[in-house]
Amino acid sequence: MDNRAPSSAHPAPGRRAIVSVRDLTKHFATRDGGELPVLEGITLDVYSGEIVALLGKSGSGKSTLLRCIAGLIAPSSGTVTYRGAPLRGVNPGVALVFQTFALLPWLTVQQNVELGLEAQGVEAEERARRALEAIDLIGLDGFESAFPKELSGGMRQRVGFARALVVNPDLLLMDEPFSALDVLTAENLRTELLELWQAGEFPADAILMVTHNIEEAVAFADRVVVLGTNPGRIRTELRVEEARPRDRRSPEFAALVEVIYGIMTDRPAQVAPPAAEESGVEQVMLPHASVDGIAGLAELVLSAGEDAELADLAALVGFEIDDLFPLIDALTLLGFATVENGHIRLTETGEQFATADIQRSKEIFREALLTRVPLVRRIHRALEHSVDGTLREGFFLDLLHGHYSNDEARAQLETAIDWGRYAELFEYDAARGEIRLPAPAEVA
Amino acid sequence: MSALRGLPVRSVLRRRFSPIDIAVLIAVLAAIYGVLSVGRGLTVSLSPEGVSHVSTNPEHLPYDAARSLLRMFTALFFSFVFTLTYGYAAARSRRAEKVLIPILDILQSVPVLGFLTFTVTAFIALFPGSELGLECASIFAIFTAQAWNLTFSFYQSEKTLPRELDELSRSLRLTRWQRFWKIEVPNGAIGLVWNGMMSFGGSWFFLVASEAISVRNQNYHLPGIGSFVGAAIAKGDLGAVGLAIATMIVLVIGVNVLFWRPLTAWCERYRYETTEAEEVQRSLVLDLIMRSSWPRVIGRARRRVAERIGRTMRILGRDDAPPPVPDARRRAGDIAFAAVIGAAVIYGGYRALDFIATAPHAGLHEIPHTFALGAATFARVAVLLVVATLVWVPVGVWIGLNPKVARIAQPVVQVLASFPANFLFPFAVLAFIKLGISLNIGGVLLMSLGAQWYILFNAIAGASAIPSDLRETMDVYGVRRWQRWRRLIIPGILGAYVTGGITAAGGAWNASIVAEVVSYHHTTLTATGLGAYIVENTGNHARLLLGIAVMCIYVVATNRLLWRRLYRLAENRYSL
Repeated sequence: MDNRAPSSAHPAPGRRAIVSVRDLTKHFATRDGGELPVLEGITLDVYSGEIVALLGKSGSGKSTLLRCIAGLIAPSSGTVTYRGAPLRGVNPGVALVFQTFALLPWLTVQQNVELGLEAQGVEAEERARRALEAIDLIGLDGFESAFPKELSGGMRQRVGFARALVVNPDLLLMDEPFSALDVLTAENLRTELLELWQAGEFPADAILMVTHNIEEAVAFADRVVVLGTNPGRIRTELRVEEARPRDRRSPEFAALVEVIYGIMTDRPAQVAPPAAEESGVEQVMLPHASVDGIAGLAELVLSAGEDAELADLAALVGFEIDDLFPLIDALTLLGFATVENGHIRLTETGEQFATADIQRSKEIFREALLTRVPLVRRIHRALEHSVDGTLREGFFLDLLHGHYSNDEARAQLETAIDWGRYAELFEYDAARGEIRLPAPAEVA
Repeated sequence: MSALRGLPVRSVLRRRFSPIDIAVLIAVLAAIYGVLSVGRGLTVSLSPEGVSHVSTNPEHLPYDAARSLLRMFTALFFSFVFTLTYGYAAARSRRAEKVLIPILDILQSVPVLGFLTFTVTAFIALFPGSELGLECASIFAIFTAQAWNLTFSFYQSEKTLPRELDELSRSLRLTRWQRFWKIEVPNGAIGLVWNGMMSFGGSWFFLVASEAISVRNQNYHLPGIGSFVGAAIAKGDLGAVGLAIATMIVLVIGVNVLFWRPLTAWCERYRYETTEAEEVQRSLVLDLIMRSSWPRVIGRARRRVAERIGRTMRILGRDDAPPPVPDARRRAGDIAFAAVIGAAVIYGGYRALDFIATAPHAGLHEIPHTFALGAATFARVAVLLVVATLVWVPVGVWIGLNPKVARIAQPVVQVLASFPANFLFPFAVLAFIKLGISLNIGGVLLMSLGAQWYILFNAIAGASAIPSDLRETMDVYGVRRWQRWRRLIIPGILGAYVTGGITAAGGAWNASIVAEVVSYHHTTLTATGLGAYIVENTGNHARLLLGIAVMCIYVVATNRLLWRRLYRLAENRYSL
C-alpha cells in the first residue's frame, strides 16, 4: 500500500475549499436509547475544479455523509461549512442528483428542470430560457415537453442532471447517479458528462460523487476517498493523476483498481478475532449473505485456483461490489477463506466445505457457526438451556437492539436464523416469531 | 394507498391499538355532550312558509335531483378542503398527529346518522328562519360520510412520501407552497381520487337520510331527491318511488361516467414511478376532453394564476428548515401537552357520565339496557355478514376469476354499492307487512340492501388479483374444490375480504339507525335494537348520547378484536 497518497493532499494550495467537513460524526439512535455510530471523525475538503469520489461498501455511511454536506441531515457533532460559513439548514451552494432520479412524473421535463428556479423566484420567461439551455446542454433537446415516464432510464437521469445544473451550483452532489442504469447507458452518460467537464462548459465548479463501484470511481474522479465500515471512517485518499479519457485496460488503471480492492477487503485491525470464544454478539457483525451465495463463491474460488484476484472474480461473475463483499466477509468470518491484498484463498475447511456433499457441508457449516459466529452460538445455547427448547425472537432482538439500529438488528437476526436453519441448529416459526430446537423427527 | 385496484385499504386496520384510542373515544363523546348541552337551549322556529314544497309531482324531479347533486358536490368540496388541512396538520406536527389521528379513527367508526337530528337543530339555529340551516345540515351529514376516508388517505400519502422527493424538495429549497402543490398533493392524488369515488358513492345514502327529517315532531324538508322519495313513501305512491329510483340510477351512473372515471384515468399521471399500475384506467370521456382544446386554454390560464399565487405565497417561507435535533426541552413539552390533553379528556368524560347519570329519563341503570339493545343490533350485523359472505364470496370469486365477466360486473357492483338502499325500503316494508314478517328479522334484510355489496365488490377484486400462475399450478396438481379454496382462494382474497367486511359492517351499523324504525304510508314498524333506541330518543339528549356511545363501543371493539387481527394475518402471511 505504498502508493497511497498522503490523506491531506490539496489539489491546489491557496484555493479555498467550497465545502469543508471537520471532525464530523453521525450517530443514529437505537431503540433502547443507545447510539449507533455511522460516521466518525470525518474531515474532508472539496475544492473548486475537482471531482471527488466517495467510495465505500454499503453501510459505510457514504450517502449519509453526502446528505450531511447537502444539509439535509444534521451531523451529531463536527461542522460542515460552505465557503467558510457553517451550515444552518440546507446547503445553499449545492444541487443533488439522485440514484433513483427523483423526477416528478406529473411534471414535464421542462417543468421538472424549472423547479429549482421557480423556488428562487425567477420570472417565468427567464426560467424557460435557462431551463431550455440546460436541457440543450445535457442532450435532451426535443424532450422538453415529454413526461418522465416516456423516457428511458438514461434520459431520465439526464433530466436529473439538467435540473441540478440549471441552478448553477458551486458543488454538484451525486448519489450513485449511474447505478440504476444498465452498463452501456451508464458508460455513455459518464463519458458525456466528463466531456462537458473537460470542455469547461460545466455549470458547477466541483463534483462530489458517492459510488460503490471502484472502476467508476477511478475512471471519474481526481481524488478517491475510501470509507471504511462500522463506523464509517476515511480509510484513505488516493489521487488519480492519469489524464482523461482514461483507458480502463491500461496497467496503471488496473493497478489502482487492485489497490483499492485490497484496501476495501482488508479487515480493520481493531476488530477482535471472531474465533474468540468470549466475544459478544456486538463484536462480530454478520454480513448479509445467503447460504447459497456463500457456497457459490466458495466453489468459484476453488475453481479459480490458488490465490484468486478479487477484481477478476467480480468481473468473472459480473458482480457489483456490494453483492460480492458480504459473501467475502462471510467466507472469512466462517474461516473458509482468507483475504490479503485483494487476493482470496480458501482455507482447508473452506476447501472441504466447497467439495463435500450436502450433508457433509452442512456439518462443516454447523461446526463453523458454533465456533466462529457468536450470535448463532448464543441462540443455540439459549435454546438448549430453555425449558422447552423454544424462545421468542423478541428475546434476541432486544439483545441486538443495544448494538444495532432497528433495521440492522432485524437483519442480523434474519441472517443468523437463515444460517442456523441451514445448519439444522434450530427452526423458526415466522407466524409465531419463535425459534426452537429441531424436533427429532417430524411429520409435516 | 390502493392495494387492490384502487380499493381504499381501511386505515383503521393499519394502526395499532393504543390507550390513546380509548381516551379519544371518551374525548369525542365529551365533545358531543358539550355541543349537545349548548344546543339544548336553542329553540327552532321555522315558519311553514319557510319550508319548500314537498311534492311527488314528477315534473319537480329533475330540479330536485339537481339540488341533491349540488349538495353532494358541495360536501365533496368541503371534504377536500378539510382533508388537505387536517391531513397536512396531522402529518406535519408530531403533537397534533397524536391527537388528530386517533380522533379521525374514532370518527370513522361513529354512527354519523345518530347525530342527524341534532346537527339539523344546530344549523337551523345558526340560520334562523332560512332554508340555509337545513341545507348546511344536510351537506354536513354528507360531509361526515366522505371526509374521514379522504383525510386518512391523504395523511397516509404524506407519511409515506418517498424519501427522495422530500430530499429533492429540500435540496432545491422549494417554497412551502410549491412543495405542497407540486409534490405532496400530486403524490396523494391517486389515493384521494379513488377514496373520493368510494366515499362519494357511500354518501348518497346519507343524502337521502338527511334531506327529510323530523325533529321534535316537526318535519323539515329540502328540495331534493331524498325528500321526494320521503314524500312518496309517506303517501304510499309506489309509482313516484319507482321514478325516483330510476332518476337515482341515472345520477349514480352519470356521475361515475362523467366525473369519476375521467378523473381516475386522468390521475394516472400522478402515479409515482416506483409503483406500477396493475391495469391502466381509461375513460372515453377523458379522451374526448383531452382531444378538445379546452385543456390547453384552461391550462394556460391556470398557470398564469398559479404563477401569481405562487409568488404571493412565497411569504409562507421555504422548505429549508434545519433538521430537528431531539432535546430535553421538547420532551418536557410533550409531557405538558399530554397532561393537558389527558386532563381535558378525563374531565370531559366525567361530565358526560355525570350528564347521563343525572338527566331525567336516563341514569346509569340505562347502561346495561342499552348494551343489551346493542347486542340485538350486533346480532343482526353478524347474521348479515355471515349470510352475505356465504352468498357473495363464492359469486365474487367466480366473477373475479373470469376476467371477461369481471370487466362487466365490477362497474355494476360499484353502482349497486353506491345506490342508496333507503330508496328500496318501501318495497321491502310493503312485503314485510303483507307477509307478516317482524322487523326484528326483516331489519337484517333492510340493512343488507346497502352493506352486502362491499363484500361482493371486494371478493371480485381479491379473486382477480390472484396470480394466474398460481391457479395454473393448482390445475396441474389437480387441487380442486375445498382443498383449492383452503390452500389458494381463501388466503388469496383474505386481505380484500377484510376490507370489504369492515366496510360492510360499518355500513350496516349506520343503516341500523334508519332500518330499525321504518314507516310506509300509515304503518310504522319497529325492531328491538340500538338503532331504534337512538331514533326514538332524538329528543332526549342523555339517552341519545348513551346510545351513540354504546354503538361506538361495539363498532370499535369489533374493529379491534376481529377485523384488525384478520387484516394483520392477511398482510403478514397471505399477501401475494
